[in-house]
Amino acid sequence: MKNGKVDAIVIGAGHNGLVCAAYLARAGKKVLVLERRHLVGGAAVTEEIVPGFKFSEFSYVVSLLRPEIIRELDLPSHGLQILPLESTVTPMPNGNYLAAWADHDETRRELYRHSPLDADAYDEFGLLMHHMAHAVKPIIGMMPPDPASLSPRDLMSLGTLGRHMRSLGARKFYALHKLMTMSSADYLDEWFETDVLKATKSASGIIGTFMGPRSPGSAYVLLHHYMGEIDGAFRAWGFQKGGTGGVSEAIAGAARRFGAEIRLEAPVGRVLVNNGRSVGVALENGDEYRADIVVSGLDPKRTFLKLVEERELPSDFVASIRRFKTRGSSGKVNLALSELPRLTCMEPENIARWGGVPIPAERYLRGAISVSPTMDYVEQAYDDAKHGSFSRRPYMDVVIPSMIDPGMAPPGQHVMSIFCQYAPFAVDGGWDDAKREKFGDAVVDALAVFAPNIKRAIIGRQVLTPADIERITGLTEGNIFQGELALDQLFFLRPAPGYAKYRTPVDGFYQCGSGTHPGGGIMGASGRLAALTILGQRP
Amino acid sequence: MLKTTPFHARTAAIMEGQQWRRWAGFLVASAYEMSHEREYHAIRSSAALFDVSPLYKYQVRGRDATRLLDRIVTRNVAKCQPCQVMYTPWCDPRGKQIDDGTLHRFGETDYRLTSADPNLRWLHQNARGMQVHIDDESERIASLSLQGPLSRTILEHAIGRDLAGLKYFRLTNATIAGVSVVISRTGYTGDLGYEVWMEAPDALRVWDELISQGRPYGITPAGMLALDIARIEAGLILLDVDYVSARKALIPGQLSSPFELALGWTVSIDKQPFNGKHALAREAANGPSWSLVGLEVDWQTLERLHESMGLAPRLPAMASRVSVPVYDGSKQVGYATSSAWSPLLKRYIALAHLESASAKPGSELEFEITVEHRRKRAAARVSKLPFYDPPRKRA
Repeated sequence: MKNGKVDAIVIGAGHNGLVCAAYLARAGKKVLVLERRHLVGGAAVTEEIVPGFKFSEFSYVVSLLRPEIIRELDLPSHGLQILPLESTVTPMPNGNYLAAWADHDETRRELYRHSPLDADAYDEFGLLMHHMAHAVKPIIGMMPPDPASLSPRDLMSLGTLGRHMRSLGARKFYALHKLMTMSSADYLDEWFETDVLKATKSASGIIGTFMGPRSPGSAYVLLHHYMGEIDGAFRAWGFQKGGTGGVSEAIAGAARRFGAEIRLEAPVGRVLVNNGRSVGVALENGDEYRADIVVSGLDPKRTFLKLVEERELPSDFVASIRRFKTRGSSGKVNLALSELPRLTCMEPENIARWGGVPIPAERYLRGAISVSPTMDYVEQAYDDAKHGSFSRRPYMDVVIPSMIDPGMAPPGQHVMSIFCQYAPFAVDGGWDDAKREKFGDAVVDALAVFAPNIKRAIIGRQVLTPADIERITGLTEGNIFQGELALDQLFFLRPAPGYAKYRTPVDGFYQCGSGTHPGGGIMGASGRLAALTILGQRP
Repeated sequence: MLKTTPFHARTAAIMEGQQWRRWAGFLVASAYEMSHEREYHAIRSSAALFDVSPLYKYQVRGRDATRLLDRIVTRNVAKCQPCQVMYTPWCDPRGKQIDDGTLHRFGETDYRLTSADPNLRWLHQNARGMQVHIDDESERIASLSLQGPLSRTILEHAIGRDLAGLKYFRLTNATIAGVSVVISRTGYTGDLGYEVWMEAPDALRVWDELISQGRPYGITPAGMLALDIARIEAGLILLDVDYVSARKALIPGQLSSPFELALGWTVSIDKQPFNGKHALAREAANGPSWSLVGLEVDWQTLERLHESMGLAPRLPAMASRVSVPVYDGSKQVGYATSSAWSPLLKRYIALAHLESASAKPGSELEFEITVEHRRKRAAARVSKLPFYDPPRKRA
């Protein structure tokens, strides 16, 4: 096919690019996917950074992968296997802890230990969030209509949306409005009195954003996390066997089965535009490929500011893409461990001291450890970042994938994935090797407060700052969502007003990355909706 | 790990087939013997002893206790005398039922509310600005239910005095094996029966004394399987089985009002404002659109449907909590939420939600059954609740 013409070229084999390619190929298009790196997946890859130890290098849990994509691409037959990640333990500064388990009775008993009122509130909160996620779910699956447009299609779509909102009823509509505008801290204050519970819940409202739990708008990201739970029966939440790269491999497998070709180590340099129409792409080495349809899975900044010449785009569009917020705020530390960490708070005598229920270590280590001991801790982590440095005591979401899938590490040894915030891309003085390692030390030190044996257990360490994430995956400023999930960057504004429907100012050139609606997490919805747009199909 | 009740040392010791289930986060017996059959018959012929400690229990005390409870429940709490017990549901502001339970009045300003679901937050939310002390005593107070025709005799031996004066839905203080207990003339079986309330650390002494005094009278520890049949015979509803709490309903169709659950008699429309009053007053005027009724499945059709497959009628020995469609001609007019073969009445009975138009006693409907993997419909007749109502229930 070299230098030959195909129907569609997809730039970037991230999960959305692969989903888009699979749907186009499924519809009979001849599709070529061009990937810069030596493996598919973008930020959803598994790599053996330390020999024998497999790291889900960047993205580490699957939460929102759309059930229709799993079904329509038959991903289980291509290796999708999502294993449960069932609990979260949050160590507290005073030696106590808060645990949430998969079992309702167990979680209630644990919450009751902290606050009998919160134990009751937890169920009601869960139900409200279920309702909210249910309310937002149709929006996730729809092409965002442009409220400023008068086209019949937009008006019809807006009408559908309006009817849907009305059908929620007053109570739920008010709650949804609050959720869309409040800070997660304020929102949670309305429900709970236990600080460590609020801190842990609010943490999911800051993931991937440059906001603190007290920043307005952070409550929406909280909801983003509940959305995966609506399809609970599908079990789309958990840990992919073999690491996150397995999800990408499964989608790539589906795309290939439908006839798509995926070419690795083929970095695209620019999109070829002729008379306002894309006609193909040129690789960095000068090779050209022709196609009537070109789709970019890269983030909006990289897509429009690097791949397309500025003169091909309207200047107000370029200006708004430049302003699109991609401030990376998350880092990742991946560890190879000779032994399991032991949380001091989960030692049997300590559990007994606090009146908790004895739990074998193997059990809580199969779940997440959340380093979010207090609301102030999380907010202060943000304060550091706001003022230009990485958090001295970062918020961390820790999982031990080898406890869930023993194949991730040599027998008896383990891998640990630490998602940490905040590590601002624009750290004062910029990132260098020394600063990266200092950040890695801060992360390990912060964890060692609660798991003192962690330091002696480390036999390999990979520290990834937003600068590293950008360098390796190409995500601008290392933003894990290809652009913040802030209210001014969602729905018909993602990535820019007037261009939220996967089209671009260049005819035949489309976008399908997480920087388009609905974006965020290994969801695949952007890739699917882009493909359906290109194919002229309704979602 | 599930919690165990204060009686666990005794209940675990007599458990024969490891038939446990969970109730409100506790481990409780489904049946102690290999089959629940003898345990069921104890309820109706001698006395069955149930560990009902997992019930949620709240102590409500203080100057505004009556006012708070009157705001929450549908019955008129002001009419509840000290040493009286009231069965009552409670609703949300839409008049949809949240839960039901018993309200025990110990004194002028001293109550205990029992419930199937947690209600601590609901009590607090309604108590703002009131002088009232609310205490969750669910785990502090253990409780036993002694049910059956010989329950009075056994209890009289255990407390060393006559109980003839303790009327239906009244309570009294007593001493069993030196332990202070409260005895209420209540139960969940529709039979002569009592519930005994004690501090958790005293639980085993009370159990041992009741067993020892009851042995000559056939006292039989019984589990939830036996209780489930008895409560269906008695026409008593169960939260999460026969109705969904207004707090947990996902869609409006899952909501029920007390009127729709045959609890209209508990709604005291004329009392001071209470949760759901306006909606319930409207519903009282217009009549509920749904009704909870008894259904008796016709034995002859059952026999015929089985015979057509070459089989004799077979019915499950256990009560069923599977929702079953009920038809009026070709139209589905409702569903049964609990059904059981009554070993005593020798009738196949069910609790059903029906559109009110089809719910008149004597209405001939059809009840879906599966005979040898095939769906069939058996004739069923609407009947009044309860199915079983012996005079000794109120004696």
